Amino acid sequence: MNKLWITLTYAVFTLLLIIPLGKMTVAAFSGGLGELGAALSRPEALHAFMMTALVVVTVTLLNTLLGMMTAVYLVRGTWMSRGVRRLLNSIVDLPYAVSPIIGGLMIVLLLGPGSTAGVFFEQIGFKIVYAFPGMVIATLFVTFPLMVREVMPVLQEIGTQQEEAASTLGAYSWTTFWKVTWPSIRWAVIYGVVLTIARALGEFGAVLVVSGNIINRTQTATTLIYQDVENFNVTSANGAALVLAAFSIGLMLMMEWAKKRRGVH
Amino acid sequence: MHIEVRGLNKHFGDFHAVKDVSFEIAKGHLIGLLGPSGGGKTSVLRMLAGLEQPDAGEILFHGELVNQLLPQERGIGFVFQNYALFKHMTVYDNIAFGLKVKKVAKPALKERVMELVELTGLSGFEKRYPHQLSGGQRQRVAFARALAPEPQLLLLDEPFAAIDAKIRQELRSWLRELIERVGITSIFVTHDQDEAIEVADEIMIMNQGRLEQKGTPWDIYKEPKTPFVASFIGESTMIDDVSQLKGFEEAGVGEGTRALIRPEYIEVGDAREFSMPSVTEEGIVHRLHFRGSEWMVEVEVGSHKLMTYRSLEKPALTPGQQVKVLVHRAYLFNHERSWMEENRLKVDPMPVII
Amino acid sequence: MNTLLRHKGWTWGFRSTLLLYFLLLVILPLLGVYYHSFSEGWRLFVDSITDPIAWKAVSLTVRLALTAAIVNMLLGTMIGWVLVRCRFPGRSLLNSLVDLPFALPTAVGGLMILLLLGPASWVGKAAGALGFEIVFHSPAMIIAMVFVTFPFVIRAVQPLLEEIDPSEEEAAKTLGASGVRVFFQVVLPSMLPGILSGGMLAFSRALAEFGAVVLVAGNIPGRTLVASVYIYGEVESDNTAGAAAVSVLLLTLSFVILWVVNWVQTRGKSQ
Repeated sequence: MNKLWITLTYAVFTLLLIIPLGKMTVAAFSGGLGELGAALSRPEALHAFMMTALVVVTVTLLNTLLGMMTAVYLVRGTWMSRGVRRLLNSIVDLPYAVSPIIGGLMIVLLLGPGSTAGVFFEQIGFKIVYAFPGMVIATLFVTFPLMVREVMPVLQEIGTQQEEAASTLGAYSWTTFWKVTWPSIRWAVIYGVVLTIARALGEFGAVLVVSGNIINRTQTATTLIYQDVENFNVTSANGAALVLAAFSIGLMLMMEWAKKRRGVH
Repeated sequence: MHIEVRGLNKHFGDFHAVKDVSFEIAKGHLIGLLGPSGGGKTSVLRMLAGLEQPDAGEILFHGELVNQLLPQERGIGFVFQNYALFKHMTVYDNIAFGLKVKKVAKPALKERVMELVELTGLSGFEKRYPHQLSGGQRQRVAFARALAPEPQLLLLDEPFAAIDAKIRQELRSWLRELIERVGITSIFVTHDQDEAIEVADEIMIMNQGRLEQKGTPWDIYKEPKTPFVASFIGESTMIDDVSQLKGFEEAGVGEGTRALIRPEYIEVGDAREFSMPSVTEEGIVHRLHFRGSEWMVEVEVGSHKLMTYRSLEKPALTPGQQVKVLVHRAYLFNHERSWMEENRLKVDPMPVII
Repeated sequence: MNTLLRHKGWTWGFRSTLLLYFLLLVILPLLGVYYHSFSEGWRLFVDSITDPIAWKAVSLTVRLALTAAIVNMLLGTMIGWVLVRCRFPGRSLLNSLVDLPFALPTAVGGLMILLLLGPASWVGKAAGALGFEIVFHSPAMIIAMVFVTFPFVIRAVQPLLEEIDPSEEEAAKTLGASGVRVFFQVVLPSMLPGILSGGMLAFSRALAEFGAVVLVAGNIPGRTLVASVYIYGEVESDNTAGAAAVSVLLLTLSFVILWVVNWVQTRGKSQ
C-alpha cells in the first residue's frame, strides 16, 4: 500500500519539477554551447544581468538592515504599546497577500509621473518610476516580510533574560546586541538573506510594471526572459532562464545548509 | 552596600504589582524575599536592578538616589531564575563577560575568572558550553558571572527553583557560605519558606504587592505581625470561633475575631499527663500520622479539628480515644488588629498585646 | 565611540526610521490604491469592475486558482504524508526539492512549462493530434499555478503530522480500526488545519500569480486573460483607474483570505 503512495509521490515530483527543469536545460544546450554563449553575451542580456545584480545587492542590504531592525522593535520595542505592535505585526504580512503586479501598480500610482510626489521628484531631477530607485522600492516591498518573519520567532524564543543579564554586567545596548543577541539570531539572518536574494533575483511582476522594461536601461533578467518569449525568441530566453535557475538552485542548497546549521545551534 | 527603598509602587497595566513598599537593608546582610508567586517579589528585585522602572518611590544605594541610573551603572550582580547564561559562550567567556565590558586587562581578567572558577568549584569545566552542564553547575556559572565584576549588591531571582530537591539542599549551604566569605549584600527571592529560613539573615515577606513583615526568621515565627505572615510561616490550624475554646472565652468576643493555633502550642494526652486538668478540653483522637520522629495527631474538640505533634516517648494514642487537650497560646486577629493571646485560665489574666 | 552611540538621538532616529519605513513602503502605497480606485467617484469604480472583460478576467482567475488550490490540497496531503511517514531512498532529496518552486523565478517556471507543453514539444504535438489545447489555455494555466503554489500545503501539513503521537494511531488499531479508517478518523482530522490554511495560501498566491501565468496563457480577453495580466494591460495602456479598481477587488479578497488563515492558525494553536 505504502509503495503505491511512494511511487505516486515520485511521479508528481518527476512530472511537475524534474522533467520541466531537465527539459529547459536540454533546450538551452540544444543549439550547442556557441548559441547559448551568443544568447547570453548579447549586450541587452549582459545589461539585464547587471541590473538584476544591482537590484539584488541594494535590496538585500536594505532589507537585511531594516528587516532586522523591524524584527527587534516588533519583539522588544516596549516604547510602542501592545496594540501598535500587534497592528504593525499584521501589516508585515500584507505584501504576501498582494499580487506583485499590484505591488508595482501601487508604486506607480504613488510615485509615478501622474502623482504629486512623482512630479516633485521629477522636477528636482530624481526619477523614481521607470528607473532604478523604483525597481528597488518594488523589490523591497515584495521581500519585506522575509527577513522579519525569519528573525522574529528566534528573538521571541531566546527571550530577554540573556540581554538583561548582559546589562546588569555593565554592557550597553550596542555591546549587548553584538555580543549576546547577534550570535543567537545569526543563522536566522543568514537564512533571511538567502531568501531575500532568491526572491529579489526572481522578482518579475512588480519590477515589470515599475521598470517599464526598457532595453539596456531598466530591463532585468526576468523581464528579458518575458520579452524574449513575447518575441518568440525561446532559445535566447532559455539561456537567461538557465542562468537564473542555476543561481536559484544554488541558493536553495545554501538554504538547506543554513537550515541544518541553525538546527545545530 | 546599604540599601533603602521608600514608597515603591509598580503597575503592569491594571495590575498593581508592588504597593507602597519601603525597607532598609544593612551592609553585608543576606535577605530572603519570601512570598507566594505573583506577590511582587520579582518586581521589587528587578526595580532594584534597574531592569524595571518604578511608577513611584525612591531607591537609594549608600544614601544616593539611583532611580535614574541604568542597570549598567548600578554596580549590581543579578542571578536569573533560569540563569540566562550566554548559550553561545563557554563557561570561561560567560564569567569573563562583565570584565571584558569593563575593559579589564587580560592578565587581571584571567586571574579573576580563574579565581571564581575555583571558588565555585567549576575547575575543569571552563571550556564547556552551558548546554553541556548540569543544572547545579549552570547555577554556579550564573553565580560566578554575577560576582566577577565585583558588584556591591547581589540579587538572586529564585536561584534554586529549577534544581532537583536533593542538590538544592547542598547548593543552599554552599551559597550561604560563599556569600559570607565574599561579604556582599545580597537579596534572594524565593517562595519556599524553608529555604528563606535556612539561608537568610533576615526575611521580608511579601503578599499581593505589600511588604507584610521584615525581621529575622525567629522573630517572624515568634511574633507574626499580620494574619498572612502567621499562616504563611510555620504550620497552624485556623479556628473561626475561638470563644468556644476553654481559656479564650473572653478573648474571642470581638466581631470577626479568628485564631491561628500552631501545633506546638497544643498539648494532647491522658488526664494524668496534665498538672491542671481543669484547664483542658475534652477531645477525641481523629487520626494519627507517623512522621518519623514523632506522631502528628488530628484531634476533634467540639466542632473544631486541631493539629499537633506528640513525642514517640509518650504513651501511644489510638484513633477514637478520649483525650484531654490544652491550648497554651493562640494568635488572634480581626479587622482592626492582631495579637498573641495566652490561655487565660492557665496564666495570669493579662493578654500580651503585640 | 560608545558614548556617541549611547546618545538619545540614535534611539530616536532608529525608531522614526522604522515607522517611516512601514508608512512609506507598505501603508501609504496600499492606501494609495484604494484611494485611487475611488478618486474618480463610485460610478467609475463600478463601471471598471463591471466591464465584461474585467469581471470575466476576475472570475476566470478565481476559478483557475480554486482548481489549482484543490489539486494542491490533494497532492500536498499525499506528499506531506509520504514524506513524513514513509522511509524510502531519496526521501530527503525530495523533501529539499519541495521548495524548488519558491526558489525559482516565476518567469523561469512559466518558461519551463511552456517548453514542456508547448506546440513544439511532443506533449503539445500529441495533444494537438487528439484535438486538445494545453498551452495558451486553461490546462497550462492551472499547471503553472499548481507549480508555483506547490510547497504551501506540504509545508503546512508536515509539522502537524510530525506532532501526532504515533500511539494515537496505534490505539485506534488496537481498537480494531482498519488502515483506511485510522487515516480518515485519526490522521486526517489532525492534518486538516494545515490542509486548509495551506490550501488558502495557495489559492491566494494563485490569484495573485503573474509571472508564470503570463507566459503560458494566451491572454485573450474574456477567455484566457487572468486578473493580474488584465491589470498589467490596463497599466500599460495608461488606464490606472481601471487597474486600481480590479486591484482593489483582488486585494480585498486576498486580505480576507490572509485574515482567515491567521484565524485558523491561532485557533489551531489554542486547541
